[in-house]
Amino acid sequence: MIRKSLIDMKTSNIKHVFRSLLLLAITLSVVACGPSAEEKEKRDKIKEQIAASKDPMQNKGIGPVKSLTLGPIDEAMAEEGRELFESLCTACHKTDKKFIGPSPKDILDRRSPEWVMNMILNPQEMVEKDPIAKQLLIEANGAPMANQSLTEEQARKILEYFRTL
Amino acid sequence: MKRNFKYITGVLLVISLIAFVRCQSSNQGGALGGDVAQKVYVAPGEHDEFYALVSGGFSGQLAVYGLPSGRLFRVVPVFSVDAEKAYGFNEETKPMLNTSHGFIPWDDAHHPDISQTNGELDGRWVFINGNNTPRIARISLSTFETEEIIELPNSAGNHSSSFVTENTEYVVAGTRFSVPVPQQDISIEEYKGKFKGAMSFIKVDQETGHMDLSFQIMMPGFNYDLAHPGRGKSHGWMFFSTYNTEEANSLLEVNASQNDKDFIAAINWKKAEELIAAGEFTTMPSEYAHNIYDESTHTATSTIKKEVRVIDPSKHPGLVYFLPTPKSPHGCDVDPTGEYIIGSGKLAAALTAHSFTNMLDAIKNEKFDGEAYGIPILNYDDIVAGVVQQAGLGPLHTEFDGKGNAYTTFFISSEVVKWKLGTWEVLDRQPTYYSVGHLMIPGGNSRKPFGKYVLAMNKITKDRYLPTGPELTQSAQLYDISGEKMELLLDFPTVGEPHYAAGIPADLIKPRQTKIYKLEDNQHPFVARSEKETKVVREGNEVHIYMTTIRSHFAPDNIEGIKVGDKVYFHVTNLEQDYDVPHGISMIGAQTSELLIMPGQTETFIWEPKKVGVWPFYCTDFCSALHQEMQGYVRVSPKGSNVPLKWTLDGE
Repeated sequence: MIRKSLIDMKTSNIKHVFRSLLLLAITLSVVACGPSAEEKEKRDKIKEQIAASKDPMQNKGIGPVKSLTLGPIDEAMAEEGRELFESLCTACHKTDKKFIGPSPKDILDRRSPEWVMNMILNPQEMVEKDPIAKQLLIEANGAPMANQSLTEEQARKILEYFRTL
Repeated sequence: MKRNFKYITGVLLVISLIAFVRCQSSNQGGALGGDVAQKVYVAPGEHDEFYALVSGGFSGQLAVYGLPSGRLFRVVPVFSVDAEKAYGFNEETKPMLNTSHGFIPWDDAHHPDISQTNGELDGRWVFINGNNTPRIARISLSTFETEEIIELPNSAGNHSSSFVTENTEYVVAGTRFSVPVPQQDISIEEYKGKFKGAMSFIKVDQETGHMDLSFQIMMPGFNYDLAHPGRGKSHGWMFFSTYNTEEANSLLEVNASQNDKDFIAAINWKKAEELIAAGEFTTMPSEYAHNIYDESTHTATSTIKKEVRVIDPSKHPGLVYFLPTPKSPHGCDVDPTGEYIIGSGKLAAALTAHSFTNMLDAIKNEKFDGEAYGIPILNYDDIVAGVVQQAGLGPLHTEFDGKGNAYTTFFISSEVVKWKLGTWEVLDRQPTYYSVGHLMIPGGNSRKPFGKYVLAMNKITKDRYLPTGPELTQSAQLYDISGEKMELLLDFPTVGEPHYAAGIPADLIKPRQTKIYKLEDNQHPFVARSEKETKVVREGNEVHIYMTTIRSHFAPDNIEGIKVGDKVYFHVTNLEQDYDVPHGISMIGAQTSELLIMPGQTETFIWEPKKVGVWPFYCTDFCSALHQEMQGYVRVSPKGSNVPLKWTLDGE
C-alpha cells in the first residue's frame, strides 16, 4: 500500500517522502516491539494510592497489617515488647530523644497503629512508597529503617510497649 | 524518476529488513545463530537451573557457579585462608585450618561430592578432599560455609577422595601415596612391602553431618588414584583405581607404567562394618585434627584425636578383591544401576567396563588368578563386561546421563566421547579446548542423573581467552547433551584449577538457605546482643572490645585508654536481622584481614598497636547511604600511661 501511494505522488519531493517513510518505519518498529502499557498503569495506580493518604492518622502504611483496633494496655505484652525493642531496635531508636531514627514516644499521637506496625514489618517498601516514610528517610539523611525480621506478633508487642511510653 | 523509484525501493527494503531483524532478534530461537547463546542466557534477575560446585584445585577452595550461565556466585573458602571473608584470619575460623602439623593456610582441593539419600542427591552437604595434608571438609549447602574438617592419619596425597556412599553412611577417602605405617625413619628403598595405602571410612552423623573416622583398611603399597561407591545392586562396595602396582619409588613415569594391567580394588565395606562390630581390628596410636565450626557460637574448635581402628585385608578373606584393569586406570566410575564399573586406563586407548554381576559370580566360584599381599586377584576375562574400543587417547573420567549413555573425557586427544552402556559403541565425540580432565553431569555419579548438560573442565586454555601474562585462566566448557549429539554452548573461566565438580538442581538447594543468624541464638562468648551490652574490658595487656554494628554506626565508636603493647580484641556483633546486610570492619595497622560479619554473627580480630596516636577504623562492606560515615577512632597512649579506659557513642 505504501509503495502504491508513493508511485502516485509523481511530482512530490522525493527527499521529503523518504524522510517521512523513515520516520514511519522507525515508529512502526518501535510500536511493534515496544513494551506494553500495563507496567505504566500499575505505577499510576500506586501513585494515586499514595496521594490519597495525606492525613497521617488515616494512613495505614503499606504492609501486612490492614486494620487494628486497640483495647486497654496489656502490661505483660508491653513488657515483652520492651525486651524486644531493647534488643533489636535501640541501636537506632532511643525512647527519650531522636537518635538515628525518631523516638517512639507518643508515636500513636502522630501515626496510626497499622502504620507503626507496617513500618516495623515492611520498612523497605515503606521508605520506597509511603509518603511519610519517604519523608522520614530524607530527614534521617538516608539512614534506612532496618528490617529486623520480626513476626507480626512481635511487632504488635513492641507497639504495645510504645503505648506505655 | 525511474532511478529515484529504484532508489526508494532499495531504501524501503533496507528499512524493512532492519525492522524485521530488530523484531526477530528479540524472539526465542530466532535466526542469526542466536539459539546457542539463548541456551545459556539467563536474563537479568532470573535464576540458573543448576548449581555447579567446582573444585578450586590448588586454590584450595570451592567455587559456586550457576548453570547454564556459567556465572560465579561465591567462592567458599575451605582449605585456604581467604582475606575477603576473614576465613583463617579471624579468631573464630583459625581452628578450622589446624592439623597435626599445626596451622596450615593452604591445600589442594579436588573432588567435591554432594550428600545422597537412596543414591539421589539430597542437597544437605558437599564434601571435598584436601590432597596435600590429607583432610576431608564438609560444607553446608544452607550456609555455604565450611563447617567441619577432619584430618586423615596414615594417608598421603589424599586423592581417591571424597566420595559418599548411597545414603551418606560414609565419606570415603583413599591415599594416593603409600607411606610407612606407622611413619618411621627407614630407607626409601625399603618401599616394597613396607609402605601401605590407607583407605579411610568416615562415618557421617545423619542429623548434624559430623564426621568420625570409623576405620581404615590398610592396603598394599600401591598408588590409589580415584574411587566411586557402588550403588543400587553394588551398594555396600567401594571401588578404587590403582597405579604403580609395580611399587616403584622413583621415576614413576617410567617405572610405574610397566605392568600391562593394574587393579581396581573392590572393597566390601559392609563386611568391614561386620569386622568392626566383631572386634576384628587393631587400634593404632595416631594423631589427627578434627575441627568443627559451631553455628551457635560462630566459632570453630580443633581437637587432636589419638587413635584409629585399622583392618588388615590379608587377614580377612572376602573383604577386598583386585579387578585387573588396563593400564594405570585413573577414573573409576560406577553407572547409575550399579552394574558397571568403568576403568579409564589412562595409558590405554580403550575403556574397560567390569560387570558387578560377573564379579560376584567369580568370587562365588573362587575363580582367582593368584593373589597380591593375600588379596585375591580375579580373572580379567571372567569379570569384564565390555570394552569401548578406540574411543580416544588418554581416557580419564566418566559420568552418566541416566538414559543409558556414558560420557568420558580423553586428555590426550582432548575430547568428550559419548558412548552407550551395554553395546559399548561410540555415539558422538566433541573436541574440548583444551586437554580436558574431569567432567560433570549434575547427579552424574548418582542413581539419578539430571542429563541435560555436561561440564568439561580443562587443563589448558592457551588462546581461548584474552591473555594475562604467562599464567592464563583455567576454564570449563558447557555442552548440551539433551539431544543425540552433544553441542558446545559456553566457555567460562574458573577459579584455581578445576578438578572434579558436583552439580545439583537449584530447586534442591534454594529452599534450604540460611538468610540470617538469629541474635537470640548467638552463643558467642564475646557477643554483645544490643548496644547496651557493648563494653571494653581490660585484663592485663589484653583488651576486649565488645562492639556492635548496624546501619550505619559502630558502638562504641570512640575508644580511649589503649596502650602500645596491648593486644586488642575486637569482638564485633552485627545487630542486623535483615537478609543480605553484612558489615565489615578493619583497623589501620592490624596485621590481619578485615572481618565480614553476617547479620546476627560475631567475629573477632586482633590488633596490636605499635604506635602512639589516634587511629581510625571503618566499615569495609558498603552497607547504606551513610556507609562512608560508618567509622570510629581508637586513642593509643604510650606504654605505662594513665589514660583511663573509656568508650562512647555520640558522647554517651
